[in-house]
Amino acid sequence: MSGPRRGVVDPSSVPTETIELLKPDGTLVPDAEYEADLKKDDLLEIYRSMVLARRADSEATNLQRQGELGVYTPLLGQEAAQVGTAYALDEGDWIFPSYREMAMALMRKIDPVDILHMFRGTWHGGMWDPKEHRFALLSVPIATQCLHAAGFGIAAKLDGAKTVALGCFGDGATSEGDFHEGLNFAGVWHAPVVFLCQNNQYAISVPVAKQTAAPTLAVRALGYGFPGVRVDGNDVLACYAVAKEAVRRAREGNGPTLIEAITFRRGPHSTADDVTRYRSDEELKHWEALDPIARFTKYLENEEILTDEFKEAVEAEAKELSAHIRAEMVGAAPRPSHELFEFVYSEPSEILRREEWLLHEELAGREDAE
Amino acid sequence: MPAVTMAAALNEALRYSMREDPHVVVLGEDVGRLGGVFRITDKLLDEFGEERVLDTPLAESGIVGCAIGMAMYGLRPVCEMQFDGFTYPAFEQIVSHLAKYGSRSRGRMRLPVVIRIPYGGGIGAVEHHSESLEAYFTHTAGLKVVTPSSPSDAFSLLVRSIQDPDPVIFLEPKRRYWIREDIELKPNGLPIGKASIRREGTDVTLITYGPSVRTCEEACEEAAADGVTIELIDLRSLIPLDLETIMTSVKKTGRAVVVHEAQVTSGFGGEIAARIMEDDFLSLQAPVVRVGGFDIPYPPAKLEDVHLPDVDRVLDAVDKVLNY
Repeated sequence: MSGPRRGVVDPSSVPTETIELLKPDGTLVPDAEYEADLKKDDLLEIYRSMVLARRADSEATNLQRQGELGVYTPLLGQEAAQVGTAYALDEGDWIFPSYREMAMALMRKIDPVDILHMFRGTWHGGMWDPKEHRFALLSVPIATQCLHAAGFGIAAKLDGAKTVALGCFGDGATSEGDFHEGLNFAGVWHAPVVFLCQNNQYAISVPVAKQTAAPTLAVRALGYGFPGVRVDGNDVLACYAVAKEAVRRAREGNGPTLIEAITFRRGPHSTADDVTRYRSDEELKHWEALDPIARFTKYLENEEILTDEFKEAVEAEAKELSAHIRAEMVGAAPRPSHELFEFVYSEPSEILRREEWLLHEELAGREDAE
Repeated sequence: MPAVTMAAALNEALRYSMREDPHVVVLGEDVGRLGGVFRITDKLLDEFGEERVLDTPLAESGIVGCAIGMAMYGLRPVCEMQFDGFTYPAFEQIVSHLAKYGSRSRGRMRLPVVIRIPYGGGIGAVEHHSESLEAYFTHTAGLKVVTPSSPSDAFSLLVRSIQDPDPVIFLEPKRRYWIREDIELKPNGLPIGKASIRREGTDVTLITYGPSVRTCEEACEEAAADGVTIELIDLRSLIPLDLETIMTSVKKTGRAVVVHEAQVTSGFGGEIAARIMEDDFLSLQAPVVRVGGFDIPYPPAKLEDVHLPDVDRVLDAVDKVLNY
């Protein structure tokens, strides 16, 4: 007998196709169902966002190596997945990041310095105003932000608003309970949520094959009653097109979508990690050849959209951004210690006030001793 | 005035808050049509509809995690945990996100989420339904921890908790859900962070909260018959803690006993005893004595009476500090 018995849902019947619009050589793949209907200015803005993100990311890695950051979690290789997806959102939509979404943060006009202060140890979560940028604080506990995105989306739905929530996480997160609960809650309310799984192949050192026996991560959406889709995460046009469809569905009241963007984390999980212990040079070389920025650049050049002039202007802007990050981070002063007490509650309790005073006396004593 | 149960007072507090503020929503397991397993959300669905009374999937982390996202949107979610022992799946969301977001966002984003938890023993329940979990939350900076002991306090403390800008763990003493009080339910009463003196006295200060207040009131009656006057303090909120009321009383009596159902080791009573000792050691005529449950997993129903602090155990402690 071929195929599953009647009444059986069988993993072998799950589509594993990945949506791709740009070949690695930068030529466009015609697609009847997915289209990146982007104008020239949009395409250039996407290019700019990816280049700036890469520069900010490499500057951050360098700063960590020089001891200016305690740790950093590089996004090198994941620029297309982040920029393409976030570009499909409206300004008023919210992003619920993990800790690797600096490319999206830049698109939301967050100063990368305000992110890197988290990695430097200046302040937890980041230094920006989540409401101003519609960008939640970084979420370090894995998959927990899936629920924040779901709750936000449910609230928007109850409110009759057209706001969409984008929840970002990695392949490892799909093993956590909060991934399940987040997708399940969002599904039950048909909430306007897009779940973006950047499948970068490894959760620190454990490959995705050890996270799940499911044939894909996208298929897990079926268990929650909404669509899942796999996209080439190094193809920024495909990421945009797939996200645009998911955002449209969400905004029109048709509920969530799970996007699995197949990509690769070319750097370490964090700067404290040693990639040579778990992955090969060949694997890295394979993915380097699929570089998302190189691919998109070729396309833009083939289409004669990207001029030398624009390229140089973006390069100059990237250099400036890099210099800004360096100038702000090197030797940045810690926050005044009284702030540790200031924000714990809307009003500090009597006990907190006392502790603040004790610390103040302790520090004054130290100064006197010096 | 009508006799109101604590359960009815809590129900009315939710109704009052939802009428006052359209941003208030209630979510939890079985809180809709059923009205919650203890009926605390009874008939709210009828009045406010499914947009504001949300029967959720059976997942506690999901309830609290979604409440966080809803609060970020601008709502004021009131979550119901069905029982104390089922709160634990939500622990990460509470400790890592809910408690910390105000601080992490540098005060820019407060999360006004209330988590209602029926807690404590004394109802002959099956396992995981009688836990005293307050110390997990008092040990977590960023949370307020509130627990009423009477119907009138249940009403005003819950109303105030829902209005509070900070996240509040609202612990409901389930064995006292059915105690009655002749009261008019009005949003008055003391603010969160103020203890109340349930009974004035000069010989010993008895400090307690939640379900143990009633036990201690009985102990006060018995002691009074023996000529001992006890000052009974109902903390009402553990965080913030009303040290002033505690210290003023201890200065007067020189003796203190702390009572709670939770096991003594690392219990909140230890915190109070230490505060008293640090703040005013010389006022003390005797060491502060803690009365609580034993350091055991909560016992099976047929043995819970020997575990829970009763009037005799409280009075033994009172004798101990008086005869030191």
